[in-house]
Amino acid sequence: MRLLALAAVAVLVVLPAVLSSYAITVFIFIFFYAYLSQAWNIVGGYAGQLSAGHAAFLGIGAYASALLSVQAGLTPWIGMFVGGALSALLGTVIGYLGFRFGLRGFYFVLLTVAFAEICRIVALNTDAVGGALGYYITFTGNPRQFQFQDNRVYYYVALGLMLAATGLVAVLERRRFGAYLAAIRQDESACEALGVNTFRYKMLAMVISSFLTGIGGTFYAFYLFSLQPNAVFGIPLSVEIIIRAIVGGAGTVLGPVLGSFILSPLAELSRTYFASGGWTGAHLIVYGGLLIAVVLFLPQGAYPYLARWLGARKGAS
Amino acid sequence: MDATLIAQSLLSGVLFGGVYSLMAVGLTLIFGVMRVVNFAHGDMMIWGMYLAWLLATRLGVDPYLGFVVCAGVLFVFGALIQRLLVDRIVDAPHEMQILLMLGVALVLENGALVAFGPDPQRVRSPLRAATVWLGPVFVDVARVVAFAVAMALTFALFLFLTRTDLGRTMRAAADNTYGALVIGTDVRRVYAAAFGIGAACVGAAGALVSPILPFQPTGGLSLAVTSFNIVIIGGLGSLSGAFLGGLLVSVAESLGAVFLSPSMKELVSFSLLIVILLLRPAGLFGKAVT
Amino acid sequence: MARRTKGRVVSEASLLEVRGLSKRFGGLQAVRDLAFGMAPGEVLGLIGPNGAGKTTAFNLISGFLRPDTGDVRFRGQSLVGRPPHAICHLGLARTFQIVRPFPRFSVLDNVKVGALTRLPHVGEARERAHAVVERVGLGAKAQTPAGALTTADRKRLELARALATEPTLLLLDEVMAGLTATEMEAILQLVRSINTGGVAILLIEHNMRAVMSLSHRIVVLSFGEKIAEGKPEAVANDPRVIEAYLGEEYVHAPGG
Repeated sequence: MRLLALAAVAVLVVLPAVLSSYAITVFIFIFFYAYLSQAWNIVGGYAGQLSAGHAAFLGIGAYASALLSVQAGLTPWIGMFVGGALSALLGTVIGYLGFRFGLRGFYFVLLTVAFAEICRIVALNTDAVGGALGYYITFTGNPRQFQFQDNRVYYYVALGLMLAATGLVAVLERRRFGAYLAAIRQDESACEALGVNTFRYKMLAMVISSFLTGIGGTFYAFYLFSLQPNAVFGIPLSVEIIIRAIVGGAGTVLGPVLGSFILSPLAELSRTYFASGGWTGAHLIVYGGLLIAVVLFLPQGAYPYLARWLGARKGAS
Repeated sequence: MDATLIAQSLLSGVLFGGVYSLMAVGLTLIFGVMRVVNFAHGDMMIWGMYLAWLLATRLGVDPYLGFVVCAGVLFVFGALIQRLLVDRIVDAPHEMQILLMLGVALVLENGALVAFGPDPQRVRSPLRAATVWLGPVFVDVARVVAFAVAMALTFALFLFLTRTDLGRTMRAAADNTYGALVIGTDVRRVYAAAFGIGAACVGAAGALVSPILPFQPTGGLSLAVTSFNIVIIGGLGSLSGAFLGGLLVSVAESLGAVFLSPSMKELVSFSLLIVILLLRPAGLFGKAVT
Repeated sequence: MARRTKGRVVSEASLLEVRGLSKRFGGLQAVRDLAFGMAPGEVLGLIGPNGAGKTTAFNLISGFLRPDTGDVRFRGQSLVGRPPHAICHLGLARTFQIVRPFPRFSVLDNVKVGALTRLPHVGEARERAHAVVERVGLGAKAQTPAGALTTADRKRLELARALATEPTLLLLDEVMAGLTATEMEAILQLVRSINTGGVAILLIEHNMRAVMSLSHRIVVLSFGEKIAEGKPEAVANDPRVIEAYLGEEYVHAPGG
């Protein structure tokens, strides 16, 4: 399995040499959403706390680093950590409110959605950050401002983010942290009786997850150069993040990656197919259908099947 | 602050609250009977609006009559969704059910996008322009009619749940599924009916609102979240909570629009939601959860 | 209050001391003014008719419920107000009446969660878990998903998990329930050997033969109150106890 993973990474590293600019863009989105989904996976997949408001963290990270760069001249290389820290702060607040007050399942989902929507509405109505028109960053192509002329640099940054997040999750999974989270997801009371401080571990998961998502916000800001509150804080973005982990396999190391490799090309294909007919957004019908199908037929996502298939192949040879 | 303005917005809020109540009652019925949180609730309402629009533009039927058709269509749709999809995951963990309904929401929302296009629509009803003066405040006749119809429907639902066999069975199933099964109730039939009725409520609500507010396919999740707000504040599973919660939230939003700004009105309901979630998750009228 | 046991002076309540414990749910007084003590290495049986408040007492002692009044002292420290996980770290572990295995974990991984309490390193925890799994007799099923186990094996798993946290006092809630006579005998032996290893045990049990043969002392609850306390033979012949059980069917074997 490890050999396969290394080979795959090697392929991804050399791929830009043969890809068109459009294809590189598709891969950038695959990697970037895999990264975000992996960050979500820590708290939503492993710990089982379904957050439908992760866009809030992305948005805060994005706006923070953008504002710091444009208004205060702070390089996004540092600004991203400020953004991450602010997102982690919000994550702490949400986590504390949710976990201390014992909000589970649907109630927790709603809490996260409420915060994301509040961020969205506040951003829409705050002229200082551009309000409904959005916030724009002028493209300078200066690497010190986290901007690159060559699309391929973004490719490698996104790939790096995805690999780093996946690596982190792989490490965490192997340690007590991962075992505890997976146990918490299954039965919190049993965990408490066994000496697991469920509150602490859920909080840790939330903080790490929100921090990483916040950092992703900087990439978003300095790749797209425009921040629209509805796009950056909106529920559709939260859905994009969650669905990759679910379809690929929530609570597994490769789930979000697999999910992104399945869904991003699918989204691109249906977007271009439907857009030619003038139907924008129809690719989300495909998302919806997939979500339904996964819940009904593949509740653990695609990854277990992949793992079994690979295991079977190894056994055969 | 102008007292007339406040009175105006209070009245507006109460009238619109009738529709909110109808939405919320439908959602809480589905939850009460099946413990399913209908994430597609808002998108079903959007389809109710579009159906009313179709009836109005293609057949010239006024939405204040056409709501019956909308309710009927959505009843069938709701029952089908329950039978074909939700039934299969009754025993699955709650996250699965949330994700399933989210999937349905996505399909509905983007189906509407494909079918009707992204631009906001509104239904032209002859009642729309009519206003009546009640002393210093004026009232949209359309809103009054919407309120009246919504109240009538909610009352009809109340009668159904208390006077008919099926209704009483539904309430029994809501309180104790296993007990209902033991007596030999066809629980699945009750579930389908409950889901259908919940959807019908929201379909009717959509039709009633279609001349008053502009609507577009992407408004679905936002409406769903508003419904959840109301239902949590009122108390998940409590019909009277949903009813009163609808009025409360509508008035709060209306006042919020006046005191803050129209685009910030949702801030009020979200803040209210967070406060309730923290202090009394059971809501104002719900049973406290042990 | 001290007594001589095997030449050592042991305070009757030096391990666990429950004083004036009360809990009310709405109109129901589930536990009223409960008081008893346990010495290290002791087996105390907690019996009583259904609804007597035994599991409530467990929940109060292990931190899952907060008492209205009273105190619980474990090795001199008050447990009231501490969360269950902290109480577990102090050395008090519990099982649940309706077992709660982690269904998607293997037997080994289930027990590993318990072992991680004392051994933060996953490798060491896994080794300890292996040892505990063997000890309770589930060695052959170490890799089986917990959801696929038989009832008797689930009970063993529940026991193993709690044992892996290295408790000084183990609270067992109806660990014999739902087992056949053979299975029960096996679990009985296991519990006895755990106690011989130095772990004190507080057990709720309906099976009289098991309680009588395992317990050093017994406390009897009825409607939330303690109605008797003492050695098994004395309690079995106590008229108040017999009266409390009238109307209930019990397998009653005199002697141990």
